[in-house]
Amino acid sequence: MIARRIVLVLTFAFLYIPIGVLVALSFNEGGLPTAWSGFSFKWYASLAGNRPILSAALNTLIVAVVSTAIATLLGTLLAIGVEIRRRRGAALEALIFAPMIIPDIVLAIALLSFFSMINLTMGLHTIVLAHVVFNIAFVCSVVRARLKTFDWSITEASADLGASAFTTFRRVTLPVILPAVVAGALLAFTLSVDEFIIAYFTAGAGRASTTLPMQIYSMIRFGITPEINALATIVMAVSVTALALSQRLNRGVVGQ
Amino acid sequence: MTSRSALLMAPALAWLTGLMVVPCALVLALAFFRRGIYGGIEYTFTLENFGMVLNPLYAGIFLNSARIAGTATVIAVIIGYAAAYAIAASPRRLQPVFLFFAVLPFWSNYLIRTYAWIVLLNREGLVTQLLRWLGYEGEPPALLYTEGAVITGLVYNYLPFVVLACYAPLSRLNPELAEASRDLGATALTTFRRIVLPLTLPGIAAGAVFVFVLSIGNFVTPALLGGGRFQMIGNLVYDQFLTANDWPFGAALSMALIAIMLLLLTLQAFAAERASSRVVVREDAT
Repeated sequence: MIARRIVLVLTFAFLYIPIGVLVALSFNEGGLPTAWSGFSFKWYASLAGNRPILSAALNTLIVAVVSTAIATLLGTLLAIGVEIRRRRGAALEALIFAPMIIPDIVLAIALLSFFSMINLTMGLHTIVLAHVVFNIAFVCSVVRARLKTFDWSITEASADLGASAFTTFRRVTLPVILPAVVAGALLAFTLSVDEFIIAYFTAGAGRASTTLPMQIYSMIRFGITPEINALATIVMAVSVTALALSQRLNRGVVGQ
Repeated sequence: MTSRSALLMAPALAWLTGLMVVPCALVLALAFFRRGIYGGIEYTFTLENFGMVLNPLYAGIFLNSARIAGTATVIAVIIGYAAAYAIAASPRRLQPVFLFFAVLPFWSNYLIRTYAWIVLLNREGLVTQLLRWLGYEGEPPALLYTEGAVITGLVYNYLPFVVLACYAPLSRLNPELAEASRDLGATALTTFRRIVLPLTLPGIAAGAVFVFVLSIGNFVTPALLGGGRFQMIGNLVYDQFLTANDWPFGAALSMALIAIMLLLLTLQAFAAERASSRVVVREDAT
């Protein structure tokens, strides 16, 4: 039992010390990793005046909100459509599952080739098109998990009582699956906010459609600055909050 | 019911077809074309892109990235399995909490998790500070931009997935099997080797495939923690599309990546099949 504790402590230390150091340094007045010179919010304040970061953050927000909205709608409909089928072929399952396991770099170059072949000018809209692809898969899988325990006979009862298909969906099915839909949406939002590789390849030329991860990547390549620490802390806080909410709404979503 | 199902699935399936299946098919086709003189694509059929994958120069990068990815996979599996084992052996009510916190970092930004290691490993980073504090007085050790840094970054980033993949079969493991083994006089090591390990192999295999494929196709970690000195297949693909402008070769490389992934997934499915047949045999025997 002592061995069990040691393993757990070491694992969590390995997972959390690097992140913890980053967060701590973001509050370091002097900004140097070498010496602690007092607690300060000044690096957060300096972020607020950094134009490239602010515009990248706005781009990320636009991409995440739009792609989450589309993927939540499409992914939920897909989940219901799949679950009411009696027979589900392996090809269908593979198609729905593929976006989750296909390496990012492959989807990224595939979309880059595709967009340039059809002469579509790339920008935020192409990042949205791309992000919806993997977000559909995640929303669908969260909603399907919920539908597995759904009692379909209540929708039949609703239909027998004269409700239209739409009314049945709105009044019966949706209220039951809503927590899973919201959990799926939060997950999709987090994934989109953090996604770098596909956005990097489908953003097109120019700085206008730089997203936050792209901005962070170019900043990291130039070295360590206290501002990145502050930015990283904010981005992680947003992800963790969205994810904790998602987990609360739908137990076990993180584990899927 | 079926027509309604088709109607509900149609928008999402159309999206996935138009923006995943078609683009991926396009890349597959691209791999069989020739590179144009000015970097464009010449539409004549050729197999030379796949020949180039086997060219000694690139084969070297393949082997090198396979070694780095392989090392990261082995380390991640050892740590991840131990952690999953410790979580599965914890009190029932604590298990979901531990699992949640083990997986949580996986959902935060990949770049930030990688950057955290730059902060720790750079010349005046925290590891150097720690060594100084312990009495070390020489030059700061070269920790960043080494193969070790790349491997550490890969292990760090993909560890949560291994924990998750290994926890699933470990938590489902029937404790009576291990008890029976001990009652029959087997040592703890023998019980682990002959009972626990074979039954949880599918989880290990799933985690390992995932870490290996994502590592070998990675371009961010080698660029940031390797300082561009270590090329992975991911970096090669990146170069062909964004700098060298040889899309057909880049396409062939990514198809090689997909081929490796499918091959490993098939092996993983085979391992899962074998593990489940073992359980049946054991149940028949009782």
